[in-house]
Amino acid sequence: MTATTFSAEIRHFLYRSIYEPFRIVTRDKKAFAGLIILLIFLLMATIGPEIVPLDMRSNFAERFKPPSREHPLGTDYGGRDVLAMIVHGSRDVLSVAFLAALFTSLIAVTIGMIAGLEGGIVDVALSLAINAVLSIPSFPVMLILGSVFKVTNALTFGIVLSIWSWGSLARAVRSQVLSLKEREFIEAARTLGLGTFHVVFRELLPNVMPYVAINFVDTMRGAIGSSVGLMFLGLVPFSATNWGMMLNFAVRQAGAIYLPYAMSYVLSPMIAIMLLELGGVFFAHGLDELLNPRLRT
Amino acid sequence: MLVILKRIGIALFTIFVIVSLTFFLVRKTPGDVMQAWAMDLVQTYSMTYEDALSMVQSWYSYDPHQPLLQQYITYISGLLRGDLGKSFIYKVSVNEVLVRALPWTAFVVSISLFLSFGIGILLGMAMAWKRKSFLDPLVTAYASFTGATPDYITALILLIIFAVNLHIFPLKGAYDATITPGLTWPFIKSVLMHAALPIAAYTFEHAASWALAMKGSAVGVLGEDYIMAARARGLKEGRIMIHYMGRNAILPLVTGLAISLGGMVGGSALIETIFSYPGIGWFFAEALTKRDFGLMQGLFLFLAASIIFANLLADILYSVLDPRIKLEG
Repeated sequence: MTATTFSAEIRHFLYRSIYEPFRIVTRDKKAFAGLIILLIFLLMATIGPEIVPLDMRSNFAERFKPPSREHPLGTDYGGRDVLAMIVHGSRDVLSVAFLAALFTSLIAVTIGMIAGLEGGIVDVALSLAINAVLSIPSFPVMLILGSVFKVTNALTFGIVLSIWSWGSLARAVRSQVLSLKEREFIEAARTLGLGTFHVVFRELLPNVMPYVAINFVDTMRGAIGSSVGLMFLGLVPFSATNWGMMLNFAVRQAGAIYLPYAMSYVLSPMIAIMLLELGGVFFAHGLDELLNPRLRT
Repeated sequence: MLVILKRIGIALFTIFVIVSLTFFLVRKTPGDVMQAWAMDLVQTYSMTYEDALSMVQSWYSYDPHQPLLQQYITYISGLLRGDLGKSFIYKVSVNEVLVRALPWTAFVVSISLFLSFGIGILLGMAMAWKRKSFLDPLVTAYASFTGATPDYITALILLIIFAVNLHIFPLKGAYDATITPGLTWPFIKSVLMHAALPIAAYTFEHAASWALAMKGSAVGVLGEDYIMAARARGLKEGRIMIHYMGRNAILPLVTGLAISLGGMVGGSALIETIFSYPGIGWFFAEALTKRDFGLMQGLFLFLAASIIFANLLADILYSVLDPRIKLEG
């Protein structure tokens, strides 16, 4: 290989994997807005806690203060800075949601793949399981799991959130595998004597992945909604700065919704959740166009 | 017919699996919960720990010396006789709690389901009929907003605006405690005022997705030959829109009703807690936070079973309404 073709290939690779996706996402205004919102939250969760110090000591003289230069979003019932809590909470919220989406995707792809590939009695049994998971709304199940298991960190929380959320993705993966399995390139791989391992990891997975990736953002959004909801009910009190925990304290314990001057304390976690979810909705829409070339016009 | 029977069989099997899973999941934990309750009794009534523990166990009709399988069979046979178990904190059967709570949840959820479906259908039909109207971007923005806002955030916003600040609607409860229940106008008015915000929260959250689903379905129907035939016959626009497009486009949405019902009932634990509305969701959340596993298990089974049957009913109804659709086993 000569140097010129090599650099051309690098350029082509960069074009395909960075420039083109970026261009497609940025061309769609909504998707671009979603990307920006998500990046801001990502920055907030990664380097935010290093910049904004969190002081959880109570200082009751400073409680329920409206926004000021010192406390841009006011203070909570214990006189603590709300902005610092939101910033530190974003790390909790995002890591729980990421782990939940990761486990959900892993379970769903495994079950959908096995059901689609094996067929027969295995498929019947797994389809029954998928149906059972889909026919019971997941939120009550998460509530029960959250109260039965001791949720003490993001990892166990992610598992609790994913146990009953994989139904629709598993069903979609199963039907995709069912249709892919009849295609020529799988037949060719089989005829060449390439094993199941090769077929699954080199032929099927790459074809299923785009769908899983789009679903990942949606699953994360769902997990954010449910995790904050569980925390709001006070079922998994493992982190005081999680937005759901902040809402729980503000609304259900400190009665801050009745105090007009404490409004910024109540509204901050609510607006943070809505903005983050909105970013997810917009970005997922753009990702859909990026990974589904047929949708592009 | 055979297909329907098979569907019913699958539904019953699913319920059986749920019953068994919750039984073993919950049996894993009540030991330490009961010890905590016993300790509580020891402190409040100064009784011995052994007495307190056996008292707690008898409330719960839980015998730790019985083998697990025996307990399971007792539980299942109780369920078959319609006994959903006992509540720990209220010292009554789950059935009694259900009788108190179900009417409120059924009232709010059925009205919300009807309203959100109706509003969504009308919006969707209008969007499909006039493709480039102002409605399209408006409803799309509305759908993005509700898609991004969990239902409990919507409920909190409504509570803060209309109950806490504007004082238009009451803050909590199902009716004004000073009014004696009965078929009198003050009582009915009080019930409606208390139900208004929960209904508004559900309806606001669910109408947008109905509108988008109806638009998609109606746009598909508009391409059918019978629409063109109706146009060629010179029928009035309104008649084509409602009788030819609307009625055919609604059919595929019927199965979605059960899913929407599931979503509302599933979210009721949060919504009813926010409005302190004494329905099933409120009791469910109480049971969870106070670790009343008997009540939690009973209410969950009831919710799960009703949603499974709602799904079954929607599937059967759909195949009856639209003979072109065959139920798949």
